[in-house]
Amino acid sequence: MKIAVCVKRVPDSETRVKIASDGKSLDEAGVKFILNPYDEFAVEEALRRKENAGSGEVVVIALGPTAAQETIRTALAMGADRGILLQADRIPVDGLAVAQALAAELKGAGFDLILFGKMAIDDYNHQVGPMVAELLDLPCVTTVSHLEIEGGKGVAEREIEGGVEVVEFPLPAVLTTDKGLNEPRYPALKGIMAAKKKPLEVKPVSLGGGGLELLALTPPPERKEGKIVGEGAAAVPELVRLLREEAKVL
Amino acid sequence: MSDVLAVLEQRDGALRKVSHEVVTGARRLADALGGGVDALVLAAGAVQGAEQVGRFGADKVITLTNAAFGLYAPEGYARAIAERVKSGTYGAVTFAASATGKDLAPRVAARLGRPLAQDVTDVDVQGGAVTVTRPVYAGKALLKLKITGTPAMISLRPSVFTPVERPKAATQETAPVESPAGRVVVKQIKAAEAGTLDVAEAPIIVSGGRGLKEPANFKVLEELAAAFAGRAAVGASRAVVDAGWRPHAEQVGQTGKTVSPTLYVAVGISGAIQHLAGMRTSKVIVAINKDKDAPIFKVADYGIVGDLFDVVPKLTEEIKKLHG
Repeated sequence: MKIAVCVKRVPDSETRVKIASDGKSLDEAGVKFILNPYDEFAVEEALRRKENAGSGEVVVIALGPTAAQETIRTALAMGADRGILLQADRIPVDGLAVAQALAAELKGAGFDLILFGKMAIDDYNHQVGPMVAELLDLPCVTTVSHLEIEGGKGVAEREIEGGVEVVEFPLPAVLTTDKGLNEPRYPALKGIMAAKKKPLEVKPVSLGGGGLELLALTPPPERKEGKIVGEGAAAVPELVRLLREEAKVL
Repeated sequence: MSDVLAVLEQRDGALRKVSHEVVTGARRLADALGGGVDALVLAAGAVQGAEQVGRFGADKVITLTNAAFGLYAPEGYARAIAERVKSGTYGAVTFAASATGKDLAPRVAARLGRPLAQDVTDVDVQGGAVTVTRPVYAGKALLKLKITGTPAMISLRPSVFTPVERPKAATQETAPVESPAGRVVVKQIKAAEAGTLDVAEAPIIVSGGRGLKEPANFKVLEELAAAFAGRAAVGASRAVVDAGWRPHAEQVGQTGKTVSPTLYVAVGISGAIQHLAGMRTSKVIVAINKDKDAPIFKVADYGIVGDLFDVVPKLTEEIKKLHG
């Protein structure tokens, strides 16, 4: 099985967001960057599929700055075979521009599966995987939390409001992974050492797009100071009164 | 002048309520753009409730039918919507940022070669161009974008665009649509327990964390949720989902769902930054926690310091009185 996993370098989820002086971007000073957590499920799934098949290749592809090589190395340390960095100074806000660059790289490369995390935890764009599928005219299932593949066909489950959709699809296909699909492994020391020697190709890309103009990045509005209504069960009637009469939500 | 296309959702042949929000958002844009609202729904046949979206400002309701469109048909839906968009002069297309909408909107956008703004919480028109606001970094910042060119492709975060009545005598149009067999086929929906609301769309969420002490104790939250007479869902913190006490579908926060209910009741949840990220846009937040220094009280509008096993049953009793 030949599997591509598209990953992204993102700020750690613990990051305190500070806006840069341009008012349009994150101040990256002191920010720790990690492999996007949803992409870990995709890397893990690719490794398990290859291990089960007994042969194959897992290729990790990232679009981003030079520093995204570290992100690719993390996936290589988990066990992926080689990496490709589509080098760009910045990752555009336009998910379609990212999808176009990735699709150009993936086209005709003969992957049985192309995996993505369901979304990146920085821009919450939630779109690059299915866009790549459309651009390559491949079947696609998003937010997969359970997966069976046998004989060129797959059955995936995805959470929807109030239930789970059971979806059938043929390979080759594009899938985006959700929490629950698997438990991603931690890179072992041996894997980390091995990753340093694995091939990582760097290819500069020029990005299209331009239909989205970033106007501003701002902190969310502060919530106004709340109040402690009281202590214990005795405070409940007053809480209910406030919810009805002041907040008007009951 | 340019019209707005609102893409509605149905399940089992009935319109999903989130569609009212999609029409409401579309109406706001159409008023600013000086056009009308076409509401589009894809289904196997007539959709119960679709004819009523004139109430929220749709000028026309279009039902496109195909035998394969009963359940979500990703490829068929994307093709049919893209064709419809190309056949009109739409300034914007609005979807729900639901499980289906977040899957469908990127497919349609890619087919049209247009950028997409997912999960937006505000829309506006400035100098003829659509602008949107969307939370990023798990709600720790807001991104404002201007969309140049048409149509502006947008999905709207559920529960944010409160339906507004804007009655129009909507014309109805139903037509069968050709669709080649899809490669991706939704075979069935394994439904959650009947009557359970999804946290992403519930107007009220009663959420529990480690303070519940053990899985069986979530019964007190289920009883509280039930007291709201079908309007509330049970949510959970990451800690209790990771511990296997509650299903991932209920998780609120950075690696779970981002929610904006009218009322969010956080019970025994300390308020880790990842949790706050998922619920800070709730309209009203109530915190019940025995630790008066818990960070959750910093974002809560109303707090009660105390033992949740005393406070929650009392709250359930008081809410039942309101609905009694």
